[in-house]
Amino acid sequence: MTEEQLEKNFQNRIDAEQKIEPREWMPEKYRKHLIRQISQHAHSEVIGMQPEGNWITRAPSMRAKMVLMAKVQDEAGHGLYLYSACETLGINRDELVEQLHTGKAKYASIFNYPTLTWADMGAVGWLVDGAAIVNQVSLQRTSYGPYARGMVKICKEESFHQRQGYEIMAQMAKGTDAQKKMAQDALDRFWWPSLMMFGPHDSDSPNSGNAIKWKIKRESNDVLRQRFIDKTIEQAELIGLTVPDPDLKWNEERQSYDWGEIDWDEFYEVINGNGLANRQRVAQHKKAHDQGAWVREAAKAYADKQKNKEV
Amino acid sequence: MTKEEMLFQYCLRMGDTHNVFAHRMGEWCTNGHILEEDIAMTNIALDHIGTARAWLIYGGEVENKGRTEDDLAFHRDERDYVNMLISELPNGNFAETIVRNFMFDAFSLLYYTELTKSSNETLAGIAQKVIKEAKYHLKHSANWMVRLGDGTEESHQKLQSAIDEIWRFTGNMFEMDDIDQSLSDSGIGVDCAQIKEQWMAVVMQTVSDAKVTIPENKYMLTGSKKGIHTEALGHMLAEMQSLARAYPDAKW
Repeated sequence: MTEEQLEKNFQNRIDAEQKIEPREWMPEKYRKHLIRQISQHAHSEVIGMQPEGNWITRAPSMRAKMVLMAKVQDEAGHGLYLYSACETLGINRDELVEQLHTGKAKYASIFNYPTLTWADMGAVGWLVDGAAIVNQVSLQRTSYGPYARGMVKICKEESFHQRQGYEIMAQMAKGTDAQKKMAQDALDRFWWPSLMMFGPHDSDSPNSGNAIKWKIKRESNDVLRQRFIDKTIEQAELIGLTVPDPDLKWNEERQSYDWGEIDWDEFYEVINGNGLANRQRVAQHKKAHDQGAWVREAAKAYADKQKNKEV
Repeated sequence: MTKEEMLFQYCLRMGDTHNVFAHRMGEWCTNGHILEEDIAMTNIALDHIGTARAWLIYGGEVENKGRTEDDLAFHRDERDYVNMLISELPNGNFAETIVRNFMFDAFSLLYYTELTKSSNETLAGIAQKVIKEAKYHLKHSANWMVRLGDGTEESHQKLQSAIDEIWRFTGNMFEMDDIDQSLSDSGIGVDCAQIKEQWMAVVMQTVSDAKVTIPENKYMLTGSKKGIHTEALGHMLAEMQSLARAYPDAKW
């Protein structure tokens, strides 16, 4: 079969909602797009452990500490599924980690914001995981089989995290004055960055064209962002917190909220390395990785010795 | 001292030990040498915090002054903490963590196996649950002992140094004071002196598999039952308790 025929068959399968599996033929650009997207997703899970890990040693109650550790551990597990899904595309984890360290691969820019109070543990769960779920629910129908199946598993846990985050916010919003202030402040700081998580407006999104055609991406940035806003506003109102957007208004005709404009300068500055925590996040990951080199070497040396014994 | 007061102290000793252990293992989160190990270590932290909660909640009930697990964990000072010294040792490098964990895990499995026979149903219940976890912890740390000891020259040396450093904290786990003796005599607590020989057998087997040795210096450090600690504990508690103490009226 010619390349052209292969590509035609491939697109027919995509259009028929069939999943593409690792050993099947796929256009090189499809493979590359997936590696970029899945690895970015995996790195986001792993780097995302840091802003929350930042509060494990200061969690204010035994239960809170347990819930937080369990959550961060789940994120590590998600990272693991996603790295595995990515490896089915013919790249290995060492290469992926190296791309993270050199800056070739990105991760969700939201994690370049620092977590400053305990309420941020609530805001991250409620808003950041909340935004991630909207995106991930959509990705459960993505065309690449391993990615879609990973998403199904991840979504279940993420919705649990989102509820836990909201619980922290609700508890603080009805707590002491100091707690209420922390809760509102966390919402103020994380609201806009959460909206930025969906990426540029559809009109400015360079990677969307093929991604939609290949059904890697099922819905557009703006559609997903609006869905997140609509469900989250009511949750904020329910616990007496105010979303920091003066232009926010219910639109009866659209049955949806109108809202203000994202500060895109901030978005691009943070993506390009100028957030408060960018350097720290990558440096921390690299430090743990480098300091662990001797342990990985030892494990490999031991395994090799065992193999030689068997021979 | 009444029987309840003794039992309360007993609960604090074990509760504090697991709480402090959980904190140390939690410090590994995002610092593992590979993602799988990050998950494993956080998992161990979670087991310890679950066990700490069981002991401290029950301790609060026994004390009967309305103190919760959080009152006991976050509102007691360094001198009131009675965790085993080994649990508070800083993580150090991975070999130091593994040796610390292994020495304790080998103790823990034997201790909780004995504790299942306790005439106190709550303690026997805690023990039943912890045994499964302790088995996994021991498997984890013992496997790493052997991998590091029989891995590269560097890992071998690091493991040996860690054993030389940590060995002197192991005797503290088996100390029996009047409280321990009284509770053991009445069938509630464990006679730790009795499990030391078995512990030594487990340790010597693994140490031999790992091709390392235990130090000749037999001097053992003591003090935890009287609230005497290494300086590391105060720093840990300062961090652990900071938020809870800054807002004592807050519910989280």
